Amino acid sequence: MTKPPEERAKDVTTVSSAEHTRRDFLYIATGAVGAVGAAAVLVPLIAQMNPDASTIAAGAPIDVDLAPIADGQIIKVFWRSKPIFIFHRTKKEVEEAEKVNVASLPDPEPDSARVKQGHDQWLVVIGICTHLGCIPLAHQGEYGGWFCPCHGSVYDTSGRIRSGPAPKNLALPPYKFVSDTKIQIG
Amino acid sequence: MSGHSTYQPQNKFLQWFEKRLPLGGLIHSSFVAYPTPRNLNYLWTFGGILAFMLGVQIVTGIVLAMHYTPHVDFAFKSVEGIMRDVNYGWLLRYLHANGASMFFLAVYIHMFRGIYYGSYKEPREVLWILGVIIYLLMMATGFMGYVLVWGQMSFWAATVITNLFSAIPGVGDAIVTWLWGGYAVGNPTLNRFYSLHYLLPFAIAGVVVLHIWALHVAGQNNPTGIEPKSDKDTVAFTPYATVKDSFFMVVFCIVYAWFVFYIPNFLGHADNYIPANPAVTPTHIVPEWYYLPFYAILRAIPDKLLGVIALGASILILAFLPWLDTSKVRSARYRPLFKQFFWLFVIVCIGLGWLGAKPPEGIYVILARIFTVYYFAFFLIVMPLLGIFEKTKPLPNSISESVLGAKA
Repeated sequence: MTKPPEERAKDVTTVSSAEHTRRDFLYIATGAVGAVGAAAVLVPLIAQMNPDASTIAAGAPIDVDLAPIADGQIIKVFWRSKPIFIFHRTKKEVEEAEKVNVASLPDPEPDSARVKQGHDQWLVVIGICTHLGCIPLAHQGEYGGWFCPCHGSVYDTSGRIRSGPAPKNLALPPYKFVSDTKIQIG
Repeated sequence: MSGHSTYQPQNKFLQWFEKRLPLGGLIHSSFVAYPTPRNLNYLWTFGGILAFMLGVQIVTGIVLAMHYTPHVDFAFKSVEGIMRDVNYGWLLRYLHANGASMFFLAVYIHMFRGIYYGSYKEPREVLWILGVIIYLLMMATGFMGYVLVWGQMSFWAATVITNLFSAIPGVGDAIVTWLWGGYAVGNPTLNRFYSLHYLLPFAIAGVVVLHIWALHVAGQNNPTGIEPKSDKDTVAFTPYATVKDSFFMVVFCIVYAWFVFYIPNFLGHADNYIPANPAVTPTHIVPEWYYLPFYAILRAIPDKLLGVIALGASILILAFLPWLDTSKVRSARYRPLFKQFFWLFVIVCIGLGWLGAKPPEGIYVILARIFTVYYFAFFLIVMPLLGIFEKTKPLPNSISESVLGAKA
């Protein structure tokens, strides 16, 4: 309070750059806390776009009764907004799927890896073409499986890609046999 | 302040960009080098707080809009879905609802500061009027946002406020039908309020840009009401005002967070957790607290049309303030009589707010009428007359003299 104001003003604004002052510490500490705060603000803003509790609840596992599905019939159900093909294969269709030379397939996979043991007449696959996402048409194409009309991919009775632009076999959803006539998908 | 800025970027890319779009120079001259009166108190932070709150409301609003359904059959349920199912939905909703209250709290303090220190006087008349326009847009936005919840209060507030327009002789009913999009408040009303509630905040943002521009042309007012006379009267905006404002914004956010996390429904009305029922009117319809003073003025006048006119006039009269106040002295600091009338005005405004929540009976009506008379008298009688008759205190020679004493 003893110096004239003009000199005091100089003291406030100029500091030798060699020593770290209390002001430097305050600036850095405030900046650090501010950065943490900014990150914390982003968390709820980004997290709110993830599926909410009601969407997750709607995606819970579903039970499907297999009894009404006739020999050779393919039905379509929805789980987590995705179409699921459930194919009750005839003995002939199972044989055709098992007899194929696995090494010659574009996406090599034996039929036994795509069905549950003891239930090989049942094929459960996600009905989305692995090319660009259309739903393939059942009982079409030269292998007795599916044909995708969008770009011409052809799948066999095991849902494996045989020809066309699709890179991979039809995907398998998680499912299990609750009884011989009922499966739980999810 | 006018002309080219002193901003010289070091970085080569920034130099290249600056030649093509002088954004850096604009920010530098507006918020870094900008000469700010050295005697501003924390009441001057509320402008920055308001800009911040506008940002908060827009961000939380856009994010809430991702989960809200603007249909009468789904609106209320979608809000409950936000509260219960959406990740952090409860937080976003409470931030937005309490954010509106904090927005209005800040705007009222900001306006009272303007009245006290004469910030509306020459050459800041347009700045003030832009502020009145922002305030009107805020009131419309807040009203429509509250309707979107589609609770009992939402629905009946929409009915009452839209019905105000039926007071207009001749075309009144046609206007109300046009607003409703039907024979009563219903789905068309809700849908259009949603569209406009999303739109108006961006209109507010545009007027805020003009408001800040007008401010920077005239420069800030300050507690003495006398303009800066030399460099000694001002400091650079950064770091002085930047740090001071950041500090006070944090204090403001603490108050905001107190409401959001501890008493998120305190400022709201329990009846808005009841889904809207067009057949049953709640016993006491009240708007949110920030509209209560005007609600009290509306109900104080026994005539329908005159009540609506009084309501409109009570807000629009603010725009005429620069011309109603005849005093040559800006700041109430040097106007002892005006200071007393000002604080009485503040008490009257708070009193009107309290009365707006009371049932319109008995002593409440009498008090509301007395307070309404004072409200208008403050603008129409006190302001013009004080300028002529008030003996003001002597003004200091300069801002730095008032801060540092005669030795400056």
